[in-house]
Amino acid sequence: MNTQEIKLPSRIESVDAAAEAADEFAKKCGCGDECVYALDLAIRESVANAVKHGNKFDETKEVEISFEEFENVIEIRVRDFGTGFSVADVPDPTDPENLLKSNGRGILFMNSFMDEVKWENPPGGGLRVKMRKKL
Amino acid sequence: MSDITITERQAGDVTILDLDGKVTIGEGSVALRTAIRRVLGEGKNKILLNLGAVGYIDSSGIGELVSSFTAVNKEGGTLKLLNLTQKIQDLLAITKLLTVFDVYEDEAAALASYN
Repeated sequence: MNTQEIKLPSRIESVDAAAEAADEFAKKCGCGDECVYALDLAIRESVANAVKHGNKFDETKEVEISFEEFENVIEIRVRDFGTGFSVADVPDPTDPENLLKSNGRGILFMNSFMDEVKWENPPGGGLRVKMRKKL
Repeated sequence: MSDITITERQAGDVTILDLDGKVTIGEGSVALRTAIRRVLGEGKNKILLNLGAVGYIDSSGIGELVSSFTAVNKEGGTLKLLNLTQKIQDLLAITKLLTVFDVYEDEAAALASYN
């Protein structure tokens, strides 16, 4: 079983740093190109959400990321320390009235490219998204 | 080094922006926004975005394409897309934005469509 944990500051540059870590981890686990791309996109979207909407660019708050590989599954967890939100309240970006909005598509991409996406409210506050991808 | 290079060409009254690199949150999206504003500021409102060399785009980049589209429309112009990679095409399909954008695989056909 492979595991890795990193903590990153709440700034946009952390999105690239998280994606680089995810790419390295995925390749170490034997992911193919399609799997590497899916993980890359999912972690970019989730870390961007954590930095922007969760921690609201507050650099006193970190984004905690963990990667785990077990039984041919890669699990990524991304946690922020914001006030949380209800995923159900996020407008459907494919609804015709939302098509021309400039944001709100990150969760759609995470759900589209990962096999499983779950949102949790961990003890201590914030929001954690747990995403799984089969190898 | 920048994640993206945007080169401007002119074909008649159509401005072609050749994008090369990544259109992602931060630098890539900002570069696209800046280029579109500059071109519109010069009074050019027929814009063709060549995405053939865009190796990566995220939801922020897709959002910037939408913002560009609406900004050009507001100026009475037209923004069209050229040479979508398979990945970009997939993302535009997932987001149902293929129904919004006018997309071309051939530059000559794209240019002719403005007339």
